[in-house]
Amino acid sequence: MKRDERLTVAITGMNAVADNPGAGLAVARCLREAYGERLRIIGLGYDALDPGLHRREYCDSAHLISYPGSGTDALFDRLAEIHEVERIDFLLPCLDAELPLLVNMAPRLDELGIRSYLPSREQLAKRTKDRLAELAHEAGTASPETLPVTHADFFRDCDRKGWPFPLVVKGVFYDARIAANREEAEVAFRAIAAEWGLPVLVQRRISGEECNLAGIGDGKGALLGEVMMKKRATTSRGKAWAGISIHDEELSSAAQRLVAALKWKGPIEIEVMRDNQGVYQLIEINPRFPAWIYLSQGVGRNLPAMLLALALGEEPLPLAPPRPGLLFIRYAQETLVPLSSFESLMVEGRSALESEQS
Amino acid sequence: MDNIPARQGHSLELPKSDVLKRLALSDSGFVFDPVSGNSFTVNGSGLAILRRLQQESDLIRIVASLCEAFDVDVLAAERDIIEFANLLRNTFR
Repeated sequence: MKRDERLTVAITGMNAVADNPGAGLAVARCLREAYGERLRIIGLGYDALDPGLHRREYCDSAHLISYPGSGTDALFDRLAEIHEVERIDFLLPCLDAELPLLVNMAPRLDELGIRSYLPSREQLAKRTKDRLAELAHEAGTASPETLPVTHADFFRDCDRKGWPFPLVVKGVFYDARIAANREEAEVAFRAIAAEWGLPVLVQRRISGEECNLAGIGDGKGALLGEVMMKKRATTSRGKAWAGISIHDEELSSAAQRLVAALKWKGPIEIEVMRDNQGVYQLIEINPRFPAWIYLSQGVGRNLPAMLLALALGEEPLPLAPPRPGLLFIRYAQETLVPLSSFESLMVEGRSALESEQS
Repeated sequence: MDNIPARQGHSLELPKSDVLKRLALSDSGFVFDPVSGNSFTVNGSGLAILRRLQQESDLIRIVASLCEAFDVDVLAAERDIIEFANLLRNTFR
């Protein structure tokens, strides 16, 4: 970015809620710390109560957008409307469910002048949960056996079919719950099927320690700037509440093989369990930065800033060498919101613009 | 795991030497493993043994070093190392 240029970046996933935070606010924080006021940050959210939309130190303005379930056209029209007002240069999505739509509309957004740095449809499809084992096999990485299930009756005698409890019950797109017995499994199955549809995936539960790796795929097979973290405390939904940076060449190498197999372009999070034999088992690949991405800024590898540089065709800032041993610990805090700001988001779908603020 | 023969006929099974060498040790007894992200604390005796295990794999030399640094006889030093090795083995299983 030129020194006197002011770029506008729109970021989704501003739902920084305690038990399952979106990554948007953390991404905005990384970018603000890298670029300061040379960047205008537009927060995009789905609910006027998304906390990140109200953090003015990170979001210069905020807009509500239509839910992915409303379809590509509705989302495109809304983004085009916001673009009329904000002149968005770069769009950085942070929620899984948005990716298929945004990947499809990326060429149209580009025509409007909204750039992005996203995977292709094929790349996105290849890392979905129901195809993960196939990808892991191709990349020479271990992964727990997974079975698509279309009826809750499966849990009646699953142990006799070689699937003893505890099992992990997962949605094709999102959500994962550990079921210790038939009753828990059936409850999880129904809840997940109702929200995310069929099939529901059943996965063998791996005992061990969960580690995650975030990085950026360059679209040609290389993984750039990986940052690794081990969870030290989790929320009731298994999301990291505290974690510590680590560095393991074995995990790095597994991630490089996966990114090469995908030829991934864009932000990526690779979730693994280190089992009791010390083997990394691939659990999930998310097509976005994780909510703990601020740790990357902390260890001198600001990945959102690197992504922006790549998207602009610039040389990214040099990365610091891996720095294991930096902890993050989340905390809950209230953001105070004037009624007028809340009203503006509720009624007009946007916060007051800078020019309208006194 | 690495096996080191012990004087009393026990086999001293330790985590691999590269695992021990990578540990970050603090004078306070705080120990951090940069690969697994795990941390734990050890007392002064544990710290003294761990520091030596990072440098040396020969049990006789480790025992001699401990006997020289502390007021302890050979058998007690060897017993302490074997007990501590059990703890390490469980930690890095």
